[in-house]
Amino acid sequence: MRTGLAIPPGPELPPAPAEPALVIRDLTVTWGERPALISVDAAFPAGRLSAIIGPNGAGKSTLLKAVLGMVRPLSGRITVAGIPVARARDRIAYVPQRASVDWDFPVRVADVVEMGLWRRLGLLRRAGPAERARVAACLDRVGMAELAGRQIGRLSGGQQQRVFLARALVQEAELILLDEPFAGVDAATERAVIGVLKDLRAEGRTVIVVHHDLATVRDYFDHVLLLNRCSVAEGPVAQAFTADALQQTYGGRLPAAYLGQIGLGGQ
Amino acid sequence: MNGAEFVQLSLTPLLIGVLAAVACALPGNFLILRRQALIGDAISHVVLPGIVVAFLLSGQATGPAMLAGAAGAALVAVVLIELVRRLGRIEPGAAMGVVFTAMFALGVLLLEQSDSSAVHLDVEHALMGNLESLIWFDAEGWHSVADPVALAALTPELPRMAAVCLLLALTLRLFWRPLVLSTFDEGFAAGQGYPVRVIGLGIVVMAALAAVVAFDAVGAIIPIAMFICPPGAARLMTDRLGAQLAWSVAFGAVAAVAGYLLAGHGPALIGLDGSVSAAGMIAVTSGLILGLACLFGPRRGRAAAPPGGRAGA
Repeated sequence: MRTGLAIPPGPELPPAPAEPALVIRDLTVTWGERPALISVDAAFPAGRLSAIIGPNGAGKSTLLKAVLGMVRPLSGRITVAGIPVARARDRIAYVPQRASVDWDFPVRVADVVEMGLWRRLGLLRRAGPAERARVAACLDRVGMAELAGRQIGRLSGGQQQRVFLARALVQEAELILLDEPFAGVDAATERAVIGVLKDLRAEGRTVIVVHHDLATVRDYFDHVLLLNRCSVAEGPVAQAFTADALQQTYGGRLPAAYLGQIGLGGQ
Repeated sequence: MNGAEFVQLSLTPLLIGVLAAVACALPGNFLILRRQALIGDAISHVVLPGIVVAFLLSGQATGPAMLAGAAGAALVAVVLIELVRRLGRIEPGAAMGVVFTAMFALGVLLLEQSDSSAVHLDVEHALMGNLESLIWFDAEGWHSVADPVALAALTPELPRMAAVCLLLALTLRLFWRPLVLSTFDEGFAAGQGYPVRVIGLGIVVMAALAAVVAFDAVGAIIPIAMFICPPGAARLMTDRLGAQLAWSVAFGAVAAVAGYLLAGHGPALIGLDGSVSAAGMIAVTSGLILGLACLFGPRRGRAAAPPGGRAGA
C-alpha cells in the first residue's frame, strides 16, 4: 500500500497548462426558492489537486452536481477543457458521498468498478479479458484486490470509499470529482486515497475534492475554492487559504486557537 | 386427470399464471431496489376505475376497451402521484397511498352505479380474477398445441401475456446497464450522461404494462404479490442482481404452478370438498416462498448500511 506523505506540493510539479481543466462562470442554482449557489465563478487548474471548502449547506456538493448535470442551474456556463460540460461527460469521473449509495444493493466490489467501463462498452458489449484486467489493476491500486468478490455492504467505510475511487480510476478520466472522500474513513484509507490522488496528479489529471478538514488543506491541495453559496476566495492554497478568507467563509465562527492549530494564526 | 383434460382445463391457466408472475416479478426487482415496491400495488388498484369507465364509455367489458381503460387509469395515477408528491410535498409512499386508495374507491362507487350484473364485472372478480375460467375449449389433447384451428381459439390473454413477458425481458436485457446504473447510483449515471429521469419513468411504465395486462388476465392479487414476493425472496438468495432476477423468475413460476395445483387439489388433500381461488392460492404461495427465504436464504443476514450522515448540500 502506498503511504501518503504530507509533502507540500509545488516546486516539483510541472507548470499547469494555461487552459484550466474546469471553468465555472456565473453559476446560480436554487432548491425551490432557496438559493444554493449564487453567481459562482471558479477556474480549477489542470493537473492539480483542488479542494472545495465551506460550511454545511454552502453548496459544495451542489456545485459538483451541477458539473455532473444532476441539477439544472438557473444560470451559468460550465466548460471542461474549453468544451461545454454536456459534451464532455466522458472526461469526468465522480466519486459520490458514501451516504448517497445504497450499500444493500446486490452488487459485488468488482461489479461496481466495472460500471466505470459501461459507458464505453455501450449497451451490450461484454467486458472482455482486457477490461477485467483493468478492473483488477484499479482494485489493486487502491489495495482492494483481495475483496473483489465481496458484496459492497460487507465492507468497512474506508474500503467502500476505495472501491468507488477504483471505479473512477478505471474510467481513466481527465477530471475526477470526489465528494467528501475522507468523511468517516480510517487513517489508513485517508493515506491510501490521498496517495492515489497525488499519483493521478503526477499523471497530469485534475482532481477536485469537496473537503471538510481544514487542517489537511495545506498538506493535500494545490488550489482551493472557499465557498459559502458565493465564491469567497479562490486561488493557490498559499494565497487563498488565509485566516481572513476562512472567517468570511465560516461567518466568523472559527476560534482563533483553531486557526493557530492549523498554522493560520497571527494573520 | 388425463392429458386431454389437462390441456383443455389446466394448461392455459397454468401458463397464464406463470407468465403473469414472471412479467410482474421482472420489473419488481427494480421497484424494490428503488424503494418503489408500492407502485405495483398502486397500479393494480387504480386499473379498476379505468376498466369501469371504459365499460361505461364503450359498453364492452373485454379485450381492447378494458386494456385501454386500465392503461389510461395507470397513466392518470402515475401523473397524480407525481403531482401530489410535488404539490403536497409528501414522501412518495404516502402520495401513492393517497392516489391509489382514492382511485380504487372511485372505481368501487362507479361500479355500484353501473349495471354490474350485466357486465360480469364485480369487485371480487376484479380483485381475484378468474384464472380457472381461462380454459382452452377447442383443445382435445397435447396434439392441439400444433393444431392451427385449436390454437386460433386460444384465449387471447395467453399470447398477450406472453408478448408482454417477452417485451419486458428483452427491454431489461437491452437496457440492463442504464437500468442498473441509474438504480444503484443515480448521480454517477447522470454524470455519465444517462437520462436518469427517463429511465426512472421507463421502469414505472414497464411495471404499469405488466400490472395492466396481468390484471386483465388474472385480477389484481397476483400482480400485487408478484411485484414484491419473488424479488424479495430472490434478494435473500444472492448478492448479484443478474442472479437475483433469475431467482425471482423461478420463484414466480414455482408460486404460480404450485399455487394453481394447491388451489385445485389442496382441499382434497386435507379431506375437504371443492377447490379454492387459484389466484389467491398463488399469491399465498409466493408469500410462503418469501417466508422460507427469510428463514433459510443464504443472504438473509446482510450487513446493514454503514452509518454516515448526509453532510454538505
